[in-house]
Amino acid sequence: MIPEIGHFALILALCMAAVQGSLPIYGAAVGSSTLMSVAKPAARGQFLLVLLAFCCLGYAFAAKDFSVLYVASTSNSQLPLHYRLAAIWGAHEGSLLLWVFILSIWMVAVSFFSTHLPEAMRARILGVMGLVSMGFLLFMLTVSNPFERLIPAAFDGRDLNPLLQDPGMVIHPPMLYMGYVGFSVAFAFAIAALLGGTLDAAWARWSRPWTTVAWCFLTVGVAMGSGWAYYELGWGGWWFWDPVENASFMPWLAGTALIHSLAVTDKRGGFKAWSVLLAIFAFSLSLLGTFLVRSGILTSVHAFATDPKRGLFILVFLTVVIGGSLILYAWRAPRVGLGGGFSLVSREGTLLGNNVLLVAALGSVLLGTLYPLFLDALDLGKISVGPPYFDTVFVPLMTPAIFLMGIGPLLQWKQASLPELAIRLRWAFGVSVATALALPVVLGKWTPLISLGLLLALWIATTTVVNVRERVSHLVGNSLVSCLATLPRAYWGMVLAHCGIAVFIVGVTMVKGFEVEQDLRMNVGETATIGGYTFRFDGTEQYKGPNYIAARGTFRVSQDGRDVTVMYPEKRRYTAQNQTMTEAAISPGLLRDLYVSLGEPLEDGAWSVRLYHKPFIDWIWGGCLIMAAGGVLAISDRRYRLAWRRKEAEVPATTQMARQTVS
Amino acid sequence: MNRFLLPFAIFVVVVGFLAVGLRLNPRELPSPLVGRPAPDFSLPQLHDQEKVFSSSDLKGKVWLLNFWASWCGGCKDEHPVLIHLAQSGEVPIYGMDYKDRREEALAWLREWGNPYPVIAVDESGRVGINYGVYGVPETYVIDKAGVIRYKQIGPLDADTVKGKILPLVRELQNK
Repeated sequence: MIPEIGHFALILALCMAAVQGSLPIYGAAVGSSTLMSVAKPAARGQFLLVLLAFCCLGYAFAAKDFSVLYVASTSNSQLPLHYRLAAIWGAHEGSLLLWVFILSIWMVAVSFFSTHLPEAMRARILGVMGLVSMGFLLFMLTVSNPFERLIPAAFDGRDLNPLLQDPGMVIHPPMLYMGYVGFSVAFAFAIAALLGGTLDAAWARWSRPWTTVAWCFLTVGVAMGSGWAYYELGWGGWWFWDPVENASFMPWLAGTALIHSLAVTDKRGGFKAWSVLLAIFAFSLSLLGTFLVRSGILTSVHAFATDPKRGLFILVFLTVVIGGSLILYAWRAPRVGLGGGFSLVSREGTLLGNNVLLVAALGSVLLGTLYPLFLDALDLGKISVGPPYFDTVFVPLMTPAIFLMGIGPLLQWKQASLPELAIRLRWAFGVSVATALALPVVLGKWTPLISLGLLLALWIATTTVVNVRERVSHLVGNSLVSCLATLPRAYWGMVLAHCGIAVFIVGVTMVKGFEVEQDLRMNVGETATIGGYTFRFDGTEQYKGPNYIAARGTFRVSQDGRDVTVMYPEKRRYTAQNQTMTEAAISPGLLRDLYVSLGEPLEDGAWSVRLYHKPFIDWIWGGCLIMAAGGVLAISDRRYRLAWRRKEAEVPATTQMARQTVS
Repeated sequence: MNRFLLPFAIFVVVVGFLAVGLRLNPRELPSPLVGRPAPDFSLPQLHDQEKVFSSSDLKGKVWLLNFWASWCGGCKDEHPVLIHLAQSGEVPIYGMDYKDRREEALAWLREWGNPYPVIAVDESGRVGINYGVYGVPETYVIDKAGVIRYKQIGPLDADTVKGKILPLVRELQNK
């Protein structure tokens, strides 16, 4: 009964989405306030219906209702409750439901935080989001219904893929989808602006916080996915350039470019058509990512069960949404007009350079991801494009981008002087180069790439210091602290996000340059030393988990005779699918991770073992979190709080009084 | 041309490729072994360790070699197809129990049924390496002269058996 309620709620949500996607947009075109006012309640109603469907599916999982096909195929009676709930998005149908659910959350958020927008704009935005939602609901109801029954019911479920039975599964997909789907807001803003013909600085100001929030979620989501792969897959790698990873990375690149381009549109009125195009790109790439994962068109470690019917549906949907918006763009954008002119050496100039490089990087990732498909389609053979290609194209593109990132914030808008800039930055440049050349030698190994990586990180750090110092010296204040506090939070957000990039680069450089890896056979009691740490293998013992049996190894780690830690890597066999999993043991640290994973059991209690010493690897994810924190700081800026308060003032005085008495 | 149309034009090309790509199968990898003699092996049998199963015993017959394991999820998917094919009697399917434990493999067969007349045990995976196994399940069609004629990566489904395997087997048997 409960699953049928969920199914029915989805059908009603589809009807609601159809209303939301048609009437308000039509109303905005003919200027009917009545029709436009449908948008808000429709969005909220749709949210409640999708929430109901989501809860119904959650209930089916919690209650182990194996008469629902989806529940039976992705969970098991032995599976703990939190993983049963995470199994909602453990496969295709449920993750679509999560997609739609998150889209409806964004719609509700727009309906609440858009009171200061003109009514026609809001109607169009919600209308466009309604249309997107309609597409996904149709997709679910026609070819991937999560509520489909299994009659007769299964005796027990087939269990969630053991790879997914991990705390990362509970949080990574929702974060990633918040980011992916969050770009639908920026997309809807862009389409609404194209429809209305009002592409101005105000549009950019409204879009900015939404884009930044989505970008923060996506940053954290991608970082978590990478961290998860690192500790779960047991290969010690953190990024594999797998098609599905690329699918999440491409919207991130487009979103990063969009944030910077919107800043120019907001402050200077320039880059308007470009910002719109990037907003379309960012969301289109999210959709393309969905297509690549769901259609089985490319092979990937993330490959879900594939079905050509589903692939075809998404392709048609993709064509309608992206093709439609690009035609709209081609039709309306020429009338947008250009912003103010600027010289190449100016803040606009560096931001333009940064945008071009980011889009070029995006293009090369897209090409690398689709290249095997292109060749195959042209019958030129089967190939796979791997890390060598991506590493080769990525470093040369990112190096100038990061160089520009250092100087961009220091330049004036419109026109700046190059010689003056050189004088302001000579110390930053000298210190960066000298340190980058010397530091690897001190650390005991010099290669050009290590120096380059350190140079880039140091360049960001030193130019940031110069920038903050100059900013402060322009202010008249009593103390340094009060001076720093007067700078707007949006500025600090940028500084923080850029420092996050520096931290990230340090992590990547140090891991690539200095990691030590050893594959060896270890007998019980035997020791091995890597990176100054001595590992002693004390044998394995059997134990039984809730839905698996495991061999757990014990490794005592010491450094210079002092005990550091004890590590317990595991080899698990999940009974329902009879699948073995490697659970690596990681001892994290600010300056290094120790990583042990068990290979295969050998005779007499010996095992093949893989040991790693990974310096600075946690900086990779730390850098991403700092970037996201920068984004959060930027949207907490005063002007957004002011906008919020202005809205508050419009609320009738009686309501405000009532609130005060309550509090 | 209107430069604002350029993004749309690029998109149309990409969609064209995606549409074609949708009908291709990325798992259909060409094997350098197709058309070459199947690597010889002599391995203990699963049901009777004392006996040896040797590929040379099958010269003059058309047969399928199926790599499987009890730990492999895809093998369970293709299992009904194999059982059905075995029951039709068109072609014998010989099993290769790949990197598996004997008791578990036997238990698995007891539970799901056994389509194989004889199963060899490739515990170390050495034969798998000779055959270039990417991952189980994989199935090879081998002709009377002991030459590999077709390689299926991943689970067999009823369509592939009907559309590719059986026509090929019949053609080879009539040679």
